[in-house]
Amino acid sequence: MSFTLWPGQTLALVGESGSGKTVTAQAILGILPTNARITGGQILFTPPNRQTVDIAQLSPKSRDMHDIRGNQISIIFQEPMVSLSPMHSIGNQISEAIRLHRDIPKSEEKKLTIEMLELAGFAHPEQAFNAYPFELSGGLRQRAMIAMALICHPSLLIADEPTTALDVTVQAQILHLIKSLQSKLEMAVLLITHDLGVVANMADEMVVMYHGEVMESGSSQALFRTPQHPYLKGLFSAVPHFDMKPGERLKPLREIKHESKPFRHDAPAREKAAVSAEPHLSIRNLCKGYTARKQSWFNREPKQTTKAVQDLSLDIAVGESFGLVGESGCGKTTLSKLLMGAIKPDSGSITYNARGSQFDMSTLQGEALRAFRRHIGMVFQDPHGALNPRMTILNILREPMIIHNLGNEATQRKRAEDLLALVGLSSRFLNRYPHSLSGGQRQRVSIARALALEPELLILDEPVSALDVSVQAQVLNLLKDLQQELGITYIFISHNIAVVDYIADRIGVMCRGRLVEVGHREQILRQPAHPYTQALMAAIPYPDLDRTLDFKLITESNYSDPACWPAPFGHALDQHTQWKQIADAHLVRVAEAEMGA
Amino acid sequence: MAYYIGRRLLLMIPTLIVISFIIFVIIQLPPGDYLESYVAELESQGESVDPAQIAALRHQYGLDEPFLIQYTTWATGMLHGDFGYSFEYGLPVTDVVGDRLFLTVIVSLFTIVFTWLIAFPIGMYTATHQYSWGDYGLTLLGFLGLATPNFLLALVMLYFANVTFGISIGGLMDPEYLDAQWSWDKLMSILQHLWIPVIVIGTSGTAAMIRRLRANLLDELHKPYVVTARAKGVPPFRLLVKYPLRVSLNFFVADVGSMLPSIISGAEIVAVVLSLPTTGPILISALQSQDMYLAGSFLMFLALLTVIGVLVSDIALALLDPRIRLEGGRM
Repeated sequence: MSFTLWPGQTLALVGESGSGKTVTAQAILGILPTNARITGGQILFTPPNRQTVDIAQLSPKSRDMHDIRGNQISIIFQEPMVSLSPMHSIGNQISEAIRLHRDIPKSEEKKLTIEMLELAGFAHPEQAFNAYPFELSGGLRQRAMIAMALICHPSLLIADEPTTALDVTVQAQILHLIKSLQSKLEMAVLLITHDLGVVANMADEMVVMYHGEVMESGSSQALFRTPQHPYLKGLFSAVPHFDMKPGERLKPLREIKHESKPFRHDAPAREKAAVSAEPHLSIRNLCKGYTARKQSWFNREPKQTTKAVQDLSLDIAVGESFGLVGESGCGKTTLSKLLMGAIKPDSGSITYNARGSQFDMSTLQGEALRAFRRHIGMVFQDPHGALNPRMTILNILREPMIIHNLGNEATQRKRAEDLLALVGLSSRFLNRYPHSLSGGQRQRVSIARALALEPELLILDEPVSALDVSVQAQVLNLLKDLQQELGITYIFISHNIAVVDYIADRIGVMCRGRLVEVGHREQILRQPAHPYTQALMAAIPYPDLDRTLDFKLITESNYSDPACWPAPFGHALDQHTQWKQIADAHLVRVAEAEMGA
Repeated sequence: MAYYIGRRLLLMIPTLIVISFIIFVIIQLPPGDYLESYVAELESQGESVDPAQIAALRHQYGLDEPFLIQYTTWATGMLHGDFGYSFEYGLPVTDVVGDRLFLTVIVSLFTIVFTWLIAFPIGMYTATHQYSWGDYGLTLLGFLGLATPNFLLALVMLYFANVTFGISIGGLMDPEYLDAQWSWDKLMSILQHLWIPVIVIGTSGTAAMIRRLRANLLDELHKPYVVTARAKGVPPFRLLVKYPLRVSLNFFVADVGSMLPSIISGAEIVAVVLSLPTTGPILISALQSQDMYLAGSFLMFLALLTVIGVLVSDIALALLDPRIRLEGGRM
């Protein structure tokens, strides 16, 4: 492959995972894994005011290479959670780069580092200097990574999926930061991503890669307006967007076929009974708080409680697909754990309607709770962590049946095969281990496992946010089809409104443990009433050059702080709030004082 | 941090009290007491024993008192350094143990240092050169060390030292210093003899540590933060020491707590074979002859070492790993 990146410009390397984007970056930095070698070609790099060097010719261990790495060229990685050493303070890790490349006194090092942290958007850089990575949120860690990469003012920054692991709102902030620092420090950026929305907002040039080869390259203007290669066209149609017509499907690059017949038997019966009946799930005034671990034995200060879920009431109808949106830390996952019965609420009730018989989930215990768990299935975000690496797919799928004593070994095996067919995987996967599966395949196994007991309710906690766009389209289509064919109720949790929009009938927006807006997806998307919903919508990067992100809106306003919302939405933390109906079934939370006026 | 250490020190007190009670129960568990086994031994040799004399002895040592009173006497005695009376040696326990305790500590410390000095470079080498000839060779050696029983190694070394070099390596010092006062020459003589027991006792520990260090380092070497540091331009050796090694030290520090007692107790059979004047052989014979105060004091000593070891390793862990120190908020 070949491409050229000019000083001060941004070039985007686009492609699915496994297309060779990261290997390209590693080759440029000379940090290829030991089993990889550059077999031919040149990597010509011209630092400002210096001679051009061919990095491909330099030994990765040579002095010149060490001098380039981190000094002339630096990199930021995808996973801010694990890319910083947990044992060293932020300041130590950042100033290490200057210590290696510049000959300056220690006090100067610290000063420069703190300046850099400030530039990277830390409100309290001195404090951040002494902080450890695990004390920071994902967004702040990524800012620290950026500060570390830029401390020596490199002429080239490689950003390897810098925002994939982050919330959309934080993503917008980080992109803005990279862009503004780029113009301030006059450096070139090599942006590696699979997200065309990010590309549209960042790149001047783009290179589309597939299986280690360049499919198409040119200015992003040309490629966005008139994509030529079918691969690029395919990528475009795989991204969910808001202008989709009702019934329009995403087109993944590779469609998956699945077979749901063995599971369909009771679907119509349920549909009939369901629609008129009680809500499937009825949540009333649910509260859950976490208490910070107490500090001492003697000094019993008032405990600091973080309210993860506050006074949440919600009805979900049978067969409905309910989307729950919000940033990380807004209480979505706590809510899903409450619904599963994995944790007990502090107050409030959850009533579950299992085809007519009502269960109060807070009173279920022991054997009754175990038996009840058949009704609810769960799919988690991280397909790598959700499957036991030491179990074969067969055992993973059989486990729920064994726990609930369903059938014998032969019928369980048959059922596992059916389950795989249900998610479009062939039965030869049964004897394989999760590590030999791709991320999308793993997530499908995860879905199959959640469906093993034929639950009536499936909770999907960010099921696609760890996946590439095209794989994401596959899984979303699969989920959508399964819901229609099996008549399951979905609770779909995500931070990406566009994804939720594709799956959900109704959407609830959560912020700081409260639901702030609930309505049909049309209502939420066409007339978002709440400022927080509007901010979430504004943060989504569109793969469209004419609709770039309004960085100002996201970076300058405190969109997630209830005290900063304009009237009538703004309220102090302890102030009471209530629902205001603005249209049929469209509710918005406003401060209580305003209601009287 | 100071608060944490203070709290941990306070917690040691109830821990030690409970341990001392359990120890006392255990050494009282076998039926009979020292005097009974003593009488039995005399009778088997055909001597007659005056029951009145035995009863008098029993009263003198408080062996006829109820269990709890015996325990209290022993436990409070320990607080002012009176560890009781050894029946077998006819001396206070402190006099029997005396120097041996000191020598035990020396042998153990040197063993620990030996283990570290050997294990660390080898562990780092085998981890960074995984599946190379060096790795395989050192791994083979390590397994040999792990699989050979310590006392066997001791016997082998005794034999070869005697046959090839013509020296006697039993004991910890030349015979003329055995009962001599402490002096420079005595110390030098000890150091000359020390290396054999240190190698013998340390071998299996070293082998085990090499394996664990290698496994831990291999886990860390491919973590993204290591790549980050490489991308920063950190030279390889410095990178290895600063990042992965530092992180993989946790297991090792956590191990210090169990290391002290295991080295001391593991060394006992070796000490018998090499006839070292350490505490191990005494403990074994004390347990055999129901010399309860002597045995009890030893076990107490081991328990104290364990408790101190765990405390030291916990404090070191907190110093080393900010996650342990700061999780749940800054202090």
